[in-house]
Amino acid sequence: MSLKGRGRGTAHLYVVGAWPRDAESPEERPQFPGASAEFAERLEFIQPQVLAGIPVYRVMDRQGQVLRPSEDPQLPKEQVLKLYRTMTLLNTMDRILYESQRQGRISFYMTNYGEEGTHVGSAAALDASDLVFGQYREAGVTQVSPGVLLYRGYPLELFMAQCYGNARDPGKGRQMPVHYGCPERHFVTISSPLATQIPQAVGAAYAIKRADASRAVVCYFGEGAASEGDAHAGFNFAATLECPVVFFCRNNGYAISTPTSEQYRGDGIAARGPGYGLLSIRVDGNDVFAVYNATREARRRAVAENQPFLIEAMTYRVRPGKKPDPPLRGLGKVGGGIGHHSTSDDSSAYRSVDEVNYWDKQDHPISRLRHYMARRQWWDEAQEKAWRKNSRKMVLEAFEQAEREPKPPPQLLFSDVYREMPPRLRQQREQLERHLETYGEHYPLQQFQK
Amino acid sequence: MTILFLFKFHISPGQTQKMNLFQSITSALDNALAKDPTAVVFGEDVAFGGVFRCTVGLRDKYGKDRVFNTPLCEQGIVGFGIGIAVTGATAIAEIQFADYIFPAFDQIVNEAAKYRYRSGDLFNCGSLTIRAPWGCVGHGALYHSQSPEAFFAHCPGIKQEKENPTDSEIDLDMEQVPIEPYTIPLSQAEVLQTGSDVTMVAWGTQVHVIKEVAAMAQEKLGVSCEVIDLRTILPWDTETICKEQLLTFFKFSKPIVQ
Repeated sequence: MSLKGRGRGTAHLYVVGAWPRDAESPEERPQFPGASAEFAERLEFIQPQVLAGIPVYRVMDRQGQVLRPSEDPQLPKEQVLKLYRTMTLLNTMDRILYESQRQGRISFYMTNYGEEGTHVGSAAALDASDLVFGQYREAGVTQVSPGVLLYRGYPLELFMAQCYGNARDPGKGRQMPVHYGCPERHFVTISSPLATQIPQAVGAAYAIKRADASRAVVCYFGEGAASEGDAHAGFNFAATLECPVVFFCRNNGYAISTPTSEQYRGDGIAARGPGYGLLSIRVDGNDVFAVYNATREARRRAVAENQPFLIEAMTYRVRPGKKPDPPLRGLGKVGGGIGHHSTSDDSSAYRSVDEVNYWDKQDHPISRLRHYMARRQWWDEAQEKAWRKNSRKMVLEAFEQAEREPKPPPQLLFSDVYREMPPRLRQQREQLERHLETYGEHYPLQQFQK
Repeated sequence: MTILFLFKFHISPGQTQKMNLFQSITSALDNALAKDPTAVVFGEDVAFGGVFRCTVGLRDKYGKDRVFNTPLCEQGIVGFGIGIAVTGATAIAEIQFADYIFPAFDQIVNEAAKYRYRSGDLFNCGSLTIRAPWGCVGHGALYHSQSPEAFFAHCPGIKQEKENPTDSEIDLDMEQVPIEPYTIPLSQAEVLQTGSDVTMVAWGTQVHVIKEVAAMAQEKLGVSCEVIDLRTILPWDTETICKEQLLTFFKFSKPIVQ
């Protein structure tokens, strides 16, 4: 059996042995419990064919033109506008929070530039109650309905509250920025260690399968995290235990400074799926409809058939504007220069300007969708201008509010370690309180809520 | 989340049955599966009854979706268990030997222990229990005999119980164990015998050794030993230990043997 790539060459996944000339008697077939296969009489190693690997599914070309009308999900105009507004609002929030980190207002930030299509396209394809386990670049998933942020979707104030670690943060200010969580919107709190969420997502899917036949679990991670043992564990458990989970891998070409050529030698992450018995697909992550279609179908079948799916979304990390934007003023263009892993990174150390220019100019999920919308007269310059102004205003208002909020009370250092506070922690808390009564002047207590 | 390095329930009123340690574990699992429909038990070789016979009969009784094997992967077992618990269901994960818990160290320490705290109590995996036998195979050498409790003893966010396990698979301690479900308080040490000269604290297999030592000390040296089974490593019962140690210390200023 072989898998033909588009055009040149053939990717062999299995060895074709000598076919029997007549029907084999049962004694001639291998009888091993570990694998069901034919015998082969020719010594031949399976070639991991990387050059003509698994093809990249797309719906639109780079100018936002649908290639096969049957693949256009034909989403209603309002939903497409929601996709666009979510991606651009995310972009706006990213710019402002990124700049705020450079100015020392928040400690750390991670942007989503260039990868908005993966988050938003997949989020739109899920049911509202599907449980999401993310890595850290999935802020877009929690923004289901940006046009009506106040009554659906995660409020901007709470994104900001978490990044500022202020008293309004539902996470009580304990984690680094971008470690969001929201039980009401079925988004499990992010943690810093990579790939740990993968086997957890599988366990959750197993429990959900027993409890509710209509929900799926979606698990996001990057191509770097996919190297962790937890990823291997998760894939294998999901397949053997028949869990309704969709694994969504964002392959953006880099894990901090490590390019994919140093991360793996096989054909990306999608090629690993069949090895575990997972139905797998590779999609163009910058094509929001390809992402939508793949996620929608994977999710539907995962629930209907109780089996896991693996989606590898190919994309790229970019950043708007080659120069830093002036502080908190102006939106700048969408698309631009080098995207860093985070505010702790300067990727000019390991990526060439030419490399990034291509992605920025030729292929960006936001501009691609805008072309699609413009073609249908669903969007124009006037709307773009108005939306930019409005979205920027919303973000800035939330931002300024978050700046003014105090930090959580110091007593919250001790709660939630256990469900009930044990005596020794209560004693430590009391010690701190007594200490602050005496030496409080040496601490910036005025910044903290009482 | 609770890590149970074996456990044994003590005598209380009601109908009892003679059981060894592993039978009492099976009984406890049976009770948990009976009264909590979300509860599932899983790990390596759990389906046929387990290498220590702790899950004998449970799959037939409760079904293959509730008592099942996982692939051979401890980080997966614990990660998977965390995920179940995050949804609110009860997860009872088995690690085949405590010596093999180390691949799961990251999931235990970085994830399970911190789940509630880091999320501001939005999420937790409190309904996860991890069971791991230790010290049970006499011929097991380096990799079937370890006592890894100290690695976890300083990890806030987990609870670690360790009660009287046995010396070997064959020579199992038989006790009268109640059949019906009941609860015992965690985090309480048990004073097994009172004494006035020396306080000895032990957990697990060493409790049996220390009881013998106490008898020998009394007989050969005329020394009166207080014997305490710590039972819980984290949190440990500082009140009982310190009170008892103080009594013997003030009496004769003798050293503390642990």
